[in-house]
Amino acid sequence: MDRVKIGTCWLDGCSGCHMSLLDIDEGIVAVLRKADIVFGPLVDAQEWPEGVDVAVIEGAVSSQADLALAQTARARSRIVVALGDCAVTGNVPSMRNGIPVRSLLERVYVEGASAQPGVPTDGVPALLKHAQPLHESIKVDVHVPGCPPKPNAILLVLSELLEGRTPDPGSKLRFG
Amino acid sequence: MTEKVKVRIDGEVIAATAGQTILEVARASNTYIPALCYMEGLSAVGACRLCMVEISGVGRLQPACTTPVQEGLAVVTSSPQLQAYRKIALELLFAERNHICAVCVSSGHCELQTLAQDHGVKYVRYPYSFPRLPIDVSHPRYVLDHNRCILCSRCVRACAEIEGAHVWDVAGRGTQSMLVSEMKRPWGEATSCTSCGKCVQACPTGAMAEKGWGVEEMTKHRTTVSRLTSMREGS
Repeated sequence: MDRVKIGTCWLDGCSGCHMSLLDIDEGIVAVLRKADIVFGPLVDAQEWPEGVDVAVIEGAVSSQADLALAQTARARSRIVVALGDCAVTGNVPSMRNGIPVRSLLERVYVEGASAQPGVPTDGVPALLKHAQPLHESIKVDVHVPGCPPKPNAILLVLSELLEGRTPDPGSKLRFG
Repeated sequence: MTEKVKVRIDGEVIAATAGQTILEVARASNTYIPALCYMEGLSAVGACRLCMVEISGVGRLQPACTTPVQEGLAVVTSSPQLQAYRKIALELLFAERNHICAVCVSSGHCELQTLAQDHGVKYVRYPYSFPRLPIDVSHPRYVLDHNRCILCSRCVRACAEIEGAHVWDVAGRGTQSMLVSEMKRPWGEATSCTSCGKCVQACPTGAMAEKGWGVEEMTKHRTTVSRLTSMREGS
């Protein structure tokens, strides 16, 4: 049997969902018996590879770089999992959405700066108007809410996907 | 006065008193019907649409909290269609304002969050409106976060009907509707507010909270309002 390829990525979030993923403890051993993690903050690959089976995406879609990575991951993966409240609802990153981007950046990088005031433009991707849940940009197959989702819920989702089943974490999960 | 009637709730025959609502009869017989705007001890307004039920012979759904029972009434409280509608109602509540559960004082004790979990709401199918809404921190003891308000009006009724102060009202129309204290004065300047906190205890979400609590720390005394009403009625 071919080994399952898992890619993970971290858009506009705090990495807490990846911490929760690591927090499945020895469960990670069972996952890695059947799967390889081929992309993500935990591995060295620079580009989302072709032929990924499961894309696990943390974070809201907040910048042009987030959008591009989400679209690439979607195009090159069979199943997309929205991991955690930022990917599922927009969560904390979406709290900026009531503020126009320009005013937001000026408030932080000009009014709020104690040295070198100025909105950074070089080497940083432009912000989108809103930080949006992942499903507003790409098709999402499995939603795993939680801030972060409980490790046992993440393990359940991964185990079910590795067995070729559609996971139903049921009432284990809630927003927040 | 107390005419007895027989009704069927999910097929089971139940003795009730004319004038009781479907929701009251159902809850008294341990049949759970979800609701957010209903609170025992307050008048019912049928605002949240979560308690919609099917009544045989009636072509459309009716809110259980405002529909009185009558002899021979047969009610279905749960069906795939009702569950689907309740899920829609919950998702629309989330889409309308900024309910960021992860940073809410009421997370873990919130009726909206719990109902979403119970109804299998794993994401919201509708685009979020992300409105920019104020937070009123002018009151020395309490805070009102409009981002988390679902306009259930339990605070309005608790203040008007139990405390008798009527500080709160809902102003505006549609998505522009807002909870207002005393003709749109900041809460802290509302002279008729007695600072009793019944509105805070009645609030199902983290929209109203006591100051000084962190995320997940604000638990509410859900039975306060109901108990005060039953004491007043001497039951």
